[in-house]
Amino acid sequence: MSRAKHNHRAHNHNKEGFKLEIRLAGSGGQGLITAGMILAKAAVLTGRLNSVQTQSYGPEARGGASRSDVIISSYEEIYYPKARKLDLLLAFNEESYYKYIPLLKEEGVLIVDEDYVPEVREKNAVRFPFIRTAKTEIGTPIAANIIAVGFIGGLIKVVGEKALKEAVASSFNEAFREKNLKALEIGYRVGSKQSDRMRLV
Amino acid sequence: MQDKGKPTLIQGNIACGYGALAAGCSFFAGYPITPSTEIAEFMARELPKRGGKFIQMEDEMGSLAAVIGASIAGAKAMTATSGPGFSLMQEHLGFAYMTETPVVVVNVMRGGPSTGLPTMTSQSDTLQAGFGPHGDYCAVVFAPSSVQEVFEYTVKAFNAAEFLQTPVVLLMDETLAHMRERFVHPPADSIEVINRKEPEMPFAWFKRFEMTPDCISNFSAFGDGYRYHITGLTHDQMGFPTAVSREVTDGLEKLRDKILNHKERFTYYEKFMTDDANWLIVAFGTAARSAKQAVIEARRHRMKVGLLQLCTIWPFPDELIAELSRNIEGIVVAEMNMGQLIREVKRACPRKLPILGANRYDGVLITPDEIIHSLKVVHGNKER
Amino acid sequence: MGPKSPVYEYLRYKKKFPTVWCPGCGIGTVMGAIIRAVMSLGYEKNDVVMVSGIGCSSRMPVYVDFNTLHTTHGRAIAFATGIKLVKPHLKVIVVTGDGDGLAIGGNHFIHAARRNIDLTHILINNSIYGMTGGQYSPTTPVGAFAYTAPYGNIEPDFDVVKLGIAAGASFVARTTVYHVVQMGKIIEKALKHKGYSLVDVISQCPVLYGRLNKMKSPVEMLRWQKEHTVDVRVTAKRSPEELKGKYIVGIFKDEPDMPEYVTEYQKLIDSLKEGATKR
Repeated sequence: MSRAKHNHRAHNHNKEGFKLEIRLAGSGGQGLITAGMILAKAAVLTGRLNSVQTQSYGPEARGGASRSDVIISSYEEIYYPKARKLDLLLAFNEESYYKYIPLLKEEGVLIVDEDYVPEVREKNAVRFPFIRTAKTEIGTPIAANIIAVGFIGGLIKVVGEKALKEAVASSFNEAFREKNLKALEIGYRVGSKQSDRMRLV
Repeated sequence: MQDKGKPTLIQGNIACGYGALAAGCSFFAGYPITPSTEIAEFMARELPKRGGKFIQMEDEMGSLAAVIGASIAGAKAMTATSGPGFSLMQEHLGFAYMTETPVVVVNVMRGGPSTGLPTMTSQSDTLQAGFGPHGDYCAVVFAPSSVQEVFEYTVKAFNAAEFLQTPVVLLMDETLAHMRERFVHPPADSIEVINRKEPEMPFAWFKRFEMTPDCISNFSAFGDGYRYHITGLTHDQMGFPTAVSREVTDGLEKLRDKILNHKERFTYYEKFMTDDANWLIVAFGTAARSAKQAVIEARRHRMKVGLLQLCTIWPFPDELIAELSRNIEGIVVAEMNMGQLIREVKRACPRKLPILGANRYDGVLITPDEIIHSLKVVHGNKER
Repeated sequence: MGPKSPVYEYLRYKKKFPTVWCPGCGIGTVMGAIIRAVMSLGYEKNDVVMVSGIGCSSRMPVYVDFNTLHTTHGRAIAFATGIKLVKPHLKVIVVTGDGDGLAIGGNHFIHAARRNIDLTHILINNSIYGMTGGQYSPTTPVGAFAYTAPYGNIEPDFDVVKLGIAAGASFVARTTVYHVVQMGKIIEKALKHKGYSLVDVISQCPVLYGRLNKMKSPVEMLRWQKEHTVDVRVTAKRSPEELKGKYIVGIFKDEPDMPEYVTEYQKLIDSLKEGATKR
């Protein structure tokens, strides 16, 4: 009795589809792992997309560098689970920008928090004050991560607002749900305006 | 609880918890250790809701001891740990082999030796999982590579443990344990669940460690009316200590043969584009995902590469290596250690082929490029 | 007492006797006391589990006709914890020695006591590692000799009773092999007690401990036990000088109302079930 699971063929990679490699980077405590998780969850909740989220984290829960990779794909399987050549890089601090910018594809999109990464040379760069907006609109800087989720969601289009809302709603308990849904909406609105920057391959 | 049938995003460690519940696990004992702790936290939350029991023990030796005790009392039981904790568990893993007690031990691999790299990935416990405890025995070790597979192989680990009456080690790595990925909980009635063989004869005829044609004896839980003795000492068919040559030999051979008699049934693997392959990669766990990507990319460069992904690591599937090596020109063994599985591949390969390792042991997931590099080297060697 | 004694009903004597224990060893006396306590309480053999670790005392499970589990050195209590949690109706007796229960197994002992899990821990305390041939243990008195203390032991010994009380056991007692009637009564109480019950039984190893410490015969050792014990109920009337070097015997702690771990866990399960029906 042979127990081969099934003999995969790579047929799914021959038909038209796309694979997005996204990296969210900043300092520990900025909620970027949560952001990556929610983005990946939203993709999966569409029922059409596959997604993997990985992270690198140190023993320190706050401070230090933090990074979360999300791969969103229309193919059945995602093999190597980490981002290699980035379609999208979100940098919440200068260090992450310098560290990961070499991995951004030529046509890839860079998103930075303009208050923390003042100078960027890339022409396909979007600058937005995530943390400042979170403070003024939501009342807490912590919501910047969900604004970023909305922003990316609006920019990449493929996930859709409905799945993003569902992902946010199911990731927070009642005390935080409304605030984060609001943060998502703010981000989504601004991000959608940048959606012509993203080309799916 | 997960909605069955609906895709969702969960972590590898959580999928392990769901797998255990689906297999009928009702007891978990553990001790906190990164990167396996989420499994214990999940079981602490979910087991009491279902009438099961969770206990945080004082150390890993105590954890596996409690799990073995629970299994002897009739429960399907599991513990989860990582490197240092897995080292501490070796004595009781040996006890479970010797006493033929079904238990599942999850080892989420991180860098070692010693405290090593607590938050980073590794596959450096590959040999330990097969040969950790002292003495002669035959280990059964499964290794999934995706969140969905973690669920699947946790169920399979319980099934193998219950069927074979032996500990089964589920080898994960930090990447897989903490990775979040699409997961669909299969409907309960589609999941095969195997339970241990129980006695039906009168008490007077019962022999807990009876020599049977397929080497699987009847298991009676303590308190079910068949009183008997269990010991870590070499024992006779009744369970009592023995040093009689014939009984010692038979007892030890039973531990080996009950596994080997059912080896095919519990050998899991996946052949990925091997049909026309000239070059073969052998890998398991998350390294196999990097290897699949390497296969796709190498084929774009007209290199006919295939992957043998091992999901059963021990007993090592020699037959598969022999079968696949027939039509190929070289092998790359991709693993996140200094070369553990490659020893087995070399031993099992009946032909004189170039066999090269693609290794990484700095706590980072091996990349497709690194595997392709090794493929090129092995290819170049052959060309010359 | 011959095979006609009802005690034999509880022994695997036809197949497993004689025992491994040396002539004059105290462990057999303890085994007899445990069996008589089980008999007097009327427990079904199927409902009794005996778990042990490694050492001379840990060979006891071979000889008794219960559900018997002979585990690894020092870990018996952790195995017993798993059994008790899964089948709370079973009477789980753990038999350990002093090295087994206090040195390598000390951690499991104090944590099980802290949880106050319903196990009966009979610690057969002969102040020596017998099975490995006479090395000093955590209860070897200062100045006593052993093969690893050839110039006399310089390590202070554990007071098992104080240790058990401090760790949280809800029933703690000490007795000796000499006081066999008292031992029987105490073990019976310990078995009936719901919670962690610890019985420190001072026993004799004439072959190793006795020979190395100028007490060559079992009789001498039993006489020593008789002369070096004071009942806990009369200690108040004795001066510190009178109590020096003496073992105090009797029941030190008996608090049946302390929350017991398995019961508490069941309450937790029940509360979660209620919560589910409410929702």
